[in-house]
Formats: sequence, C-alpha cells, structure tokens
Amino acid sequence: MNHLSLIIKREYLTKVRNKSFIIMTILSPIIMIALIAVVAYLSQLNNNKERTISILDESGLMSSVFENTEHTTYNVLNSLSLEEAKALVEENEEYGLLHIGKGTNINAVAKTIKFYSEDTPSLTLISNLESKLEKQLTDLKLQQGGVDVEKIKDSKTSINIAQESYAGEKTSKIDNIVKLAFGGIAGYLLFMFIIIYGNMIMRSVIEEKTSRIIEIIISSVKPIQLMMGKIIGTSLAGITQFVIWLILGSILMFVVSAIFGINMAEMQTPQQEVMQQAMASQDVQMQAQNMMAAIYNLPLTNMIVAFVLFFIGGYLLYSSLYAAIGAAVDNETDTQQFMMPILVPLILAVYVGVFTVIEDPHGTVSTVFSFIPLTSPVVMLMRIPFGVPLWQQLISLGLLIGTFMFTVWFAAKIYRVGILMYGKKPSYKDIYKWLKY
Amino acid sequence: MNNLLVADSVSKNFGDFKALNNVFIEVPKGSIFGLLGPNGAGKTTLIRVINQITMPDTGHVLLDGEPLKAHHIQDIGYLPEERGLYKSMKVGEQALYLAQLKGLSKAEAKKRLKYWFDKLEIGDWWNKKIQELSKGMAQKIQFVVTVLHQPKLLIFDEPFSGFDPINANLIKDEILQLRDEGATVIFSTHRMESVEELCDHIALIHKSNKILDGKLQDIKRTYKTNTFEVGLVTSDEVLLTQIIKSKFETTTADFKSLNDDLKLNIKLKPGESSNDLLSFLTSNAEVNHFNELVPSANDIFIQTVKNS
Repeated sequence: MNHLSLIIKREYLTKVRNKSFIIMTILSPIIMIALIAVVAYLSQLNNNKERTISILDESGLMSSVFENTEHTTYNVLNSLSLEEAKALVEENEEYGLLHIGKGTNINAVAKTIKFYSEDTPSLTLISNLESKLEKQLTDLKLQQGGVDVEKIKDSKTSINIAQESYAGEKTSKIDNIVKLAFGGIAGYLLFMFIIIYGNMIMRSVIEEKTSRIIEIIISSVKPIQLMMGKIIGTSLAGITQFVIWLILGSILMFVVSAIFGINMAEMQTPQQEVMQQAMASQDVQMQAQNMMAAIYNLPLTNMIVAFVLFFIGGYLLYSSLYAAIGAAVDNETDTQQFMMPILVPLILAVYVGVFTVIEDPHGTVSTVFSFIPLTSPVVMLMRIPFGVPLWQQLISLGLLIGTFMFTVWFAAKIYRVGILMYGKKPSYKDIYKWLKY
Repeated sequence: MNNLLVADSVSKNFGDFKALNNVFIEVPKGSIFGLLGPNGAGKTTLIRVINQITMPDTGHVLLDGEPLKAHHIQDIGYLPEERGLYKSMKVGEQALYLAQLKGLSKAEAKKRLKYWFDKLEIGDWWNKKIQELSKGMAQKIQFVVTVLHQPKLLIFDEPFSGFDPINANLIKDEILQLRDEGATVIFSTHRMESVEELCDHIALIHKSNKILDGKLQDIKRTYKTNTFEVGLVTSDEVLLTQIIKSKFETTTADFKSLNDDLKLNIKLKPGESSNDLLSFLTSNAEVNHFNELVPSANDIFIQTVKNS
C-alpha cells in the first residue's frame, strides 16, 4: 500500500471510530427530529387550546359570520350592555369578548369593533377575526352598492403565467421554486460540509502538532501527502456521516410522524408560505403533478455532474486552507485570527446565493460571484438549476481548479514549515516569510 | 566507501537567520557519531536536512555515495527530540501504521513488532491506548518504531530523555547492539557522559558552523595537556612539594582517595615522558595514585565553544 492510501485509511478509521464522532452521528438526527417534533407538537398544542369567544354584536350585521370550529367556540350574546357582557365573560373565564358597536353606516360600524381580553390575544386569532369581519363588511358594502357578490366570486380568475424561453424551454413559478430549493440545498450542503469537516481537518492537524508525532510522520512521508491524506480521509468520514444522517433522519422522520400523527408538512416556514401562495389556486393533485414536472424539467444530469465537481473543488479549496491554519498554530484558540479570511467569502457566497439568485439567477452580481473561485462553488450550484450556459460553467470550474491547485500549493508550503514550528503564535507576516523558506 | 553519510557544504537560511553555514560532515560506516552543539546551533536543522524534511539551500547530502532521494527514507530511522504518538490510537495499531509508512508490509511489520515487544517486555501493551501509558513507556514504543525497519542509518536526538536509569541503560545496550549488527548511528545529545560512553566520532556545531570534528580519541589526544594527577605519601609534604616544583609545573589537585595524600597535578614539558616523572616520584615518595588527565568530552565542548 502506498503512503497516501495508508494515511487516508488511518484518518478515516480514527475519525469514524472516535466516540464523539459516533455519538454525533447517531445523536444529531435524533436531536434534530426530536426538536422538530417537539416544536410541531407544541405549536399544535398551542393552537389546539379550546377557547370560547363571546360576541356582542350590537349592529346586527354579523349574525352569520362566526361558525364554531374544532377549537374555538363562538358564543353570541344578546341584549346585554357592554359592561354586563365584559363582566360575564370575565366571570366565565372565557378567552375574550369581541364587541361590534352600532353605527349609521358600515364604515362607522367598522370603527367600533374592539376585542377585550385578560391577556394580549394571539396574533393569529386577531388576524383571523379581522379577515372574517373584513370579508363580511366588504360583502355588505358591495350588496348595498347593488353588486351581486356571487357574480364577483364567479368572475375570479386564477392565473399562473406559463414561462417559456426562446429555445422552447418551459418554466413556471413552481419550476422556479423547485429550482431554488434544489440549488439552495446544494449550496447550503457544501457550505455546511466545509464548515464542519474543514474544522475537523484543522483540529486533526493541530492534534498532530500538540502530540508531537508530526516529525516522526514526516520523516516517512512528504508533508503534502500527509495533508492530502488528511483532507481525503476526513472527507470520506464526513460523507459517511452525512449519508448516515440522511438515512437515519428519514427513518426517524417517518417513524415520528407515524407515531405522533404530526404532519411535518403542516409546519410552516416563511419559505413554504411563498410556495403555498404560488400553489394556492390549484388543487392538490395538480400541485403534485406540477412539482413532479418541475423536478423532471430540471437539468438533472448537469446538476449532478456540476454538484460533484464544484463540491469537490470548493471543498478541497477550503479544506486545504483549514489544514494550513491548523499547521500554523499550536492550539485551537489561536486559529481565530486566521478564520476570518475563510469565513467571510464563504458567508458572502451563501448570502449572495440566497438573495441575488432568487432575484435574478443570471443577473450581474450572481454571475460575477459564480466566477470568483472562493464563492463560485456555492453560488454556481445555486444558479445551475436555472440553466447556466456550459461555457460559463467550464470557465468557472477552470478558475476553481486553478485556484484550488494554487491554494493546495500555498497551504502545503505553510503546512510544511508550520508543523515544525512550536510555541510562537505566528502572525500573517511570519506566514508570509514561511512561503520563502 | 567508508562513509555512510556525507553532508557536503550544506547551508540553510530561514529568512535572515542562518541555520547552517557551509557544514561538512562525514559519518563513517558502523560508527556512533555524536552530533554536538549548544542549543540553537543548527543540529536539528542538519538532522532534518538528512531526513529530507528540510531542503538545503546549497550543498548536498550523500547516503552510501548516492544523493538523497525519496526512497532513502526507508534507509533512515529517526527519533526526533520533539516526539510523541497519537494519543487516542492503540499501541499496536499505531506501531503497525508507522512501520508501514516506512515501507514494511503489514505481515512483516507485525512479525518484527512481536519480536521487539517481547524483547523489551512490552507485549501486553498492544491494545492499550498511548494516553494510558507513561512517558517512558511511550518512548520505548517510539524507539521500537524507529529501528523496526532495520535502517542503515539511525538518528537519535536526545534518545534518553524521559527514561529512568534502568531503561536508559536498556536502550543504550540496544543502540550498541544495533551498531554491532552493522547500523550507523548519529547521536545528538547534550549529555556528555553518554557521548563519552557511546560515541567514537563527534562533530561540534556552534552558531551554524561546524567548529570541530573527527575521531573522539584523536580529538582528545590533541586536547590533552600532558598533565598527570598524582597522590603521594611522604613524611614532609612541604619539602616534597618544593622538590617537585623545582623540576615541574604543578598545581594542586582535587580527587577522591582513601588516603590523606599530597595531591598534585603535574604538567610535563615537551620532550619529557611519563616514565621520567614516575621514576622521579618513586625515588622521592610513595606513589599511591598516578593518572593521566585526559580532557573529557565535556571539557572539550566547553572549551571549543568558548574559544570560537
């Protein structure tokens, strides 16, 4: 066996046999899923609270508006004064009292509406009430104006603009959302991977320095072999961990939703809301079909190939920098000053990806950032689902590979000198000097 | 070819700092070669150059007549001064890994490790983690790993640090045995008594320059001052001292002896022989102690460094 594969094997085995690694691998998805389940459960619990709301409608306009739901009972009060109603509601420990006053016209009535309660009422409840009242009052106004409400409802038309490029490629809003999701996941995955396993590489280099084994090793192998072996071995351990997370996570997700009957899909995040708005006008089956069609329409081959290439390129680029930092310092606390130049472009890449690619995947900013090697892996991965010309991908990849080779050379130089330097916390100036050793 | 290793005018700069300046050393085959020098003199840099860890700016190193190449790594066993092992790795696994990095096959490495572990009586450590072992125990394993691939050239940098006297002796005997089996040893240390004990050749490096080298015996010969340490018994010490002082250059000596002797250091002039002195002394007093003062490696070290 040659040196490199020996080193890779050792790095991989020590990583995956490490107790904290094993615990993290098993525990992380459990904790994640448990957290999601708890949050879902709690928010359901919160919404599920039975509550009674009394309605004192002095205007007589709202008789048919409030229908009891599973969790909310509406108690319509009649012929009580406001003060009596308040006292009654308080005595019965009801959630609150909605008061609709008298008025000469609808606008005047609208201004009298008030909600009384012991504590501040929940935001969703208020907006729910507001929308009910608004709808009723608007309908009434339309009727007063002699408009047939039914006709208006009938006349509502739902539009989903079909998009087609000159070349005949069809897209739609759902397509775009699917693309965004895929690109976002790919970019974010790379970002997370770099942060987690880059750090792991750095720590492993520092460990070799602090345990003083480094000189024994490099009297047998070239520093660059050791560095590359470390990067590859750690990455393989990382991939193993990711795959286990993925499998364990899906199983747990399935089990948890089956047992607790929590529909995870009901959990709303702002992103999902955007998606739902886009789909609001379509029935479920249509939605599913459109989704499938959208996924099918993605440049899947291109995405997979690009994902692999940019992932490897971007990851190696950053991890060699992490290795160099690990070599330059004696302990983890000294790494802070060198982390900035790594983290800034990485975070920038994610922000640029998230904000500008959504806005315009082929705009100037996102295009430029998908060429700059330190940001290109993340940004390009986010752009590719929207269809990036091959020449752009190739140039970006070429630049990435070039930079990657330069970084590895640079990191190897620092590594070679740094691993034998003990005691002194190096400055940027020192490191610049090392390049000339 | 009598020299296993020749470093020919090796220079190395780190920025503005000159770590090695045109250093030339020859290490004869089968010798134990002491590489001496004060802290920061450049010994470790020279050793790293030999190990191809550091590339020299100028000059070259020949091993067995060939310029150093990557494959020579297998011919060298290096025990660095800053040494350690992976703390959370098991002893056996770690030793196997390091041996395989030196080019041994797994089966061969296992066989030899078993031999050495039995020899040093550390066989039951195989499944222990390094962090469970004491420093001295870990040092033993490092020693085994250094010599396991039977290299032609062994380089030990402070090999005895961290060992108790019993184990230090054990390791010393192993080093001597390896030399007898044909290995050449470069030995870097500050402990002059082990230089005295082990080395047949030395080189002294000071402030990046080699200032002295050669056979330890020859060096001692050039540094000796023809001074003899004597212990005499006489009835009248004052008179005897006067008689001796009239013929020789003397100083008072200080050495341990059972008797209450007159202790003197007597320096001979060129042309005078030790026999002349001895017969002169025996005719004047009873001689209890007669010993030529040979400079110790320690004296030579201090004197050379101070004078340079």
